[in-house]
Amino acid sequence: MTILVVAEHDNAHLASATLGTVTAAKAIGGDVHVLVAGKDCGPVAEAAAKVDGVAKVLVADAPHYEHGLAEDLASLVAGMAGDYGHLLAPATTFGKNFMPRVAALLDVAQVSDITSVESEDTFTRPIYAGNAMATVQSTDGIKVITVRPTAFEPAAAEGGSAAVESVEASEHSGVADFVSQELTKSDRPELTSAKIVVSGGRGMGSGENFKILEEVADKLNAALGASRAAVDAGFVPNDYQVGQTGKIVAPDLYIAVGISGAIQHLAGMEGSKVIVAINKDEEAPIFEVADYGLVADLFQAVPEFSKELDKVL
Amino acid sequence: MKILVPVKRVVDYNVKVRVKADGSGVETANVKMSMNPFDEIAVEEAVRLKEKGVAEEVVVVSMGVSQCQETIRTALAMGGDRGILVETDDELEPLAVAKMLKGLAEKESPDMVILGKQAIDDDANQTGQMFAALMGWGQGTFASEVDIQDGSIQVTREIDGGAETVKLKLPAVVTTDLRLNEPRYAKLPNIMKAKKKQLDTLSPADLGVDTTPRLKTVKVAEPPKRQGGIKVADVAELVDKLKNEAKVI
Repeated sequence: MTILVVAEHDNAHLASATLGTVTAAKAIGGDVHVLVAGKDCGPVAEAAAKVDGVAKVLVADAPHYEHGLAEDLASLVAGMAGDYGHLLAPATTFGKNFMPRVAALLDVAQVSDITSVESEDTFTRPIYAGNAMATVQSTDGIKVITVRPTAFEPAAAEGGSAAVESVEASEHSGVADFVSQELTKSDRPELTSAKIVVSGGRGMGSGENFKILEEVADKLNAALGASRAAVDAGFVPNDYQVGQTGKIVAPDLYIAVGISGAIQHLAGMEGSKVIVAINKDEEAPIFEVADYGLVADLFQAVPEFSKELDKVL
Repeated sequence: MKILVPVKRVVDYNVKVRVKADGSGVETANVKMSMNPFDEIAVEEAVRLKEKGVAEEVVVVSMGVSQCQETIRTALAMGGDRGILVETDDELEPLAVAKMLKGLAEKESPDMVILGKQAIDDDANQTGQMFAALMGWGQGTFASEVDIQDGSIQVTREIDGGAETVKLKLPAVVTTDLRLNEPRYAKLPNIMKAKKKQLDTLSPADLGVDTTPRLKTVKVAEPPKRQGGIKVADVAELVDKLKNEAKVI
């Protein structure tokens, strides 16, 4: 049995989400192939070939793959599916966008956002914002799966030496074209792969006030996150959002500041190893999941926290 | 322009769901049901396009048990023109829903289909993409902005690192993200009017779709419960614990 993992990348670097997806593929068992579809994406193919456990890297290089358009990627992947028992992609906005198209083209179901592999056809995934875990068995010949990357240890980026082969590109769909991209510029680590995340909620009061969190984040080399309430209030952009409808994070340390802990937010961060909550409301549900809770006014506690960090870092 | 808006009846956003004792699913009896929040955003977007004069008709579709009529009526009270219910007691997976939408799209010939990016019950995030694939249409998923142009639309999408804009030929599929708009509340006179709007009922067989599930639910369980920890007295104790006990800084 052979498994195809569709790599997420920006044509220069392999995204870390791909490494967790490779680990999920190894848990299913069988040879793992990685598809790199992009434009001038040679460096990504080289990186993928070094990933531990990858047997073969397939490269589809064409201008219309540059931005990972769902229409073009799906027809490519569906066209290659005959050689595989499982098709996997990370459950990021990249994988969520095109993978259901692949499933529909193959007339099979998709199993979304799996957090564990029970056997080659049975997988566990969260439903109802993680309030329940469903174990489902696929009866389809080809299993199309998206993988929650933070639920699997990333495969080692070094140690492999897979063969690299090119595959024929599919035609451009002609129904969808890339226009532009505006990426949030930040020197901080990426939210979903950061070791430490500092998040603010409605209690921050304004976007301006996020500066005190930025100071802490910079000292800890942490990513900055937010609750949906903070995004809805316009304090920070949507790509900061942690939760059921935003990003799922599982850092070593998650610091929730002025976040009450709605179930939808907890769904996005409960997998963190250590959770710290700073909130002035001692009844806030966030304290029920926090390893260390501090009942305090965040506007005093956060600057003080920042100063204390200077002493120990 | 005609817009088709599929809506799903789900357990209300504010309900804390409970897993059934026999592990067969979650308890949905006597639980408040509502329209999937992302679908409300889809209805709102379609109605706004109608109010701007871009769209002439907004057709609301739902699939499932007969009570889905209430969900359709809610959308009609927000400004939808008429409704179609594909009635079935069967459990519907996204692929079956996408196939039935294809059948409806072939009957109705919409220029655009707007739907929520995911339903908050199964959190699958599949239906819009699957339907677009079956039709061979372009898709603008996780939309935060939709701009209609002559024969095409530009959709700005929420992606992990920021935003991306794509241009799609019409007809096309748009799936909504949170920031696209803020849905209105239906006013009482509109709720009354919605009761008189046309609502047709079909069956999956009318659309020639086999809804047999492809996935078998082996079990549904409570998630592992995270244990709460301790409250610290002050910032100094917090930093000390993080440094010396948890060893994460």
